Amino acid sequence: MNGPHDLGGQMGFGPVAPEMDEPYFHAEWEKRALGITLSCGAFGAWSIDESRHTRECIPPAAYLSASYYEIWIRALEALLERHGFASPTEIDEGRARVEPVKPKRILTADKVDAVLAKGGPCDRPVETPPFFVVGQKVRTINEHPLHHTRLPRYARDKIGVVEAVQGSFVFPDYNAHGRGENPQWVYTVVFEGRDIWGRGSAPGLQVSIDAWESYLEPV
Amino acid sequence: MRQYGVTSPIKIKRDSINCTNWYLFKNLLMIDSAEKRRLENSQVTMHIIDDHHHEHEHEHEHEHEHEHEHHHDNRYSDMEARVRALETVLTEKGLIDPAAIDAIVETYETKVGPRNGAQVVARAWVDAEFADWLKRDATAAIASLGFTGRQGEHMRAVFNTPDTHNLVVCTLCSCYPWSVLGLPPVWYKAPAYRSRAVMDPRGVLAEFDVVLPEATKIRIWDSTAELRYLVIPMQPVGSEGMDVEQLADLVTRDSMIGTGLALSPQATSCAPEGSSQ
Repeated sequence: MNGPHDLGGQMGFGPVAPEMDEPYFHAEWEKRALGITLSCGAFGAWSIDESRHTRECIPPAAYLSASYYEIWIRALEALLERHGFASPTEIDEGRARVEPVKPKRILTADKVDAVLAKGGPCDRPVETPPFFVVGQKVRTINEHPLHHTRLPRYARDKIGVVEAVQGSFVFPDYNAHGRGENPQWVYTVVFEGRDIWGRGSAPGLQVSIDAWESYLEPV
Repeated sequence: MRQYGVTSPIKIKRDSINCTNWYLFKNLLMIDSAEKRRLENSQVTMHIIDDHHHEHEHEHEHEHEHEHEHHHDNRYSDMEARVRALETVLTEKGLIDPAAIDAIVETYETKVGPRNGAQVVARAWVDAEFADWLKRDATAAIASLGFTGRQGEHMRAVFNTPDTHNLVVCTLCSCYPWSVLGLPPVWYKAPAYRSRAVMDPRGVLAEFDVVLPEATKIRIWDSTAELRYLVIPMQPVGSEGMDVEQLADLVTRDSMIGTGLALSPQATSCAPEGSSQ
């Protein structure tokens, strides 16, 4: 979807504001937000793709004015409600009222090290060989889907070159919506700056994206 | 001191949206109720951040439906309270373990951070075979140093050269190689960096006090899939002969994102700017 998250090439946000000696967290609640988000992810009830899509669905004005941990919490509440774990009313009141759905897993303190060290690999085998080869010229599709996609707007309908075949991975456009993992080959596709930004492009600029096979067409 | 996670450019944007205009706009449009609620929610956030005076005005001006909506989104006006309530509810339900949250926080405060990545870079500088392994199979090479796991499952190392400088961004969210760099800084996740890195990298670099020679090509890696990129900065002049531990001290977090360069050995003795990560 063309949501507020798709920021590449948007203007008006001002300078980047790096912070000297930036702490890992800027408030206590950010620590809890991180821990709660990861703990709830461990339920196994939703994928990282669904989680990303839920963040993208936060209304633009709220998304753009929220800190990233606030974005996480807003989306987490939506996920908890959607999957039957907690309602907004319960959170408003700070009291559990309804018996939750039983999650596949509950992350207890003793399992944290192992779970974080394992992560969540999302490479999956596919039976077909890669359709594109390194060095091949490709064009990205010109689609504006209502659903989740990882093809940014600035890189749609652009000609680039396949620089690497990176393996086959879960397809987020399907997986975010519970339509299965449907793995596809992923390619690093590199574009010349002028092919994306036109005549005003910074000289010597190249931009690459990692694109699932169905984002690409032969030229 | 800045507020948590909010950079000043966004504040400017927020202030520029006027509540009265919003209601005019909304009433001019024929929008269905679900959409209206969505839009309401987004508006209410601005009330919260701007000032409460405005909010009350509107509560008097508009009917109950609006009051309810205001109340509804007020839940995010005090994140400390909101997150505490969330933790309480989930703990009462037996869904989360507060001790697990403590353990997660401790991991990212003390164990998983940019010192990991600095070890990888320093090793690559002194060991050509390791550097070659990083180029071929970064996930395995990095795992050999003990750095694995969440948001580092599929690693790629990209090497700066005298010709090409690499810069990593995630324009769509906040993808970042946690296993080697830890949690991303606020600016990495904020709209200014995400919007401009792909279009105006030299402008962005200047805001980090990095000025590259005009002839240097700049390659932006937009982390749109599950590959996570670690920049291997060039080894600074004058650091030849230093051991891995000394070299790792020259490797800043930003130099592994591409918004910095490795420090020169002379600089480290006097706590240089930008070395804080």
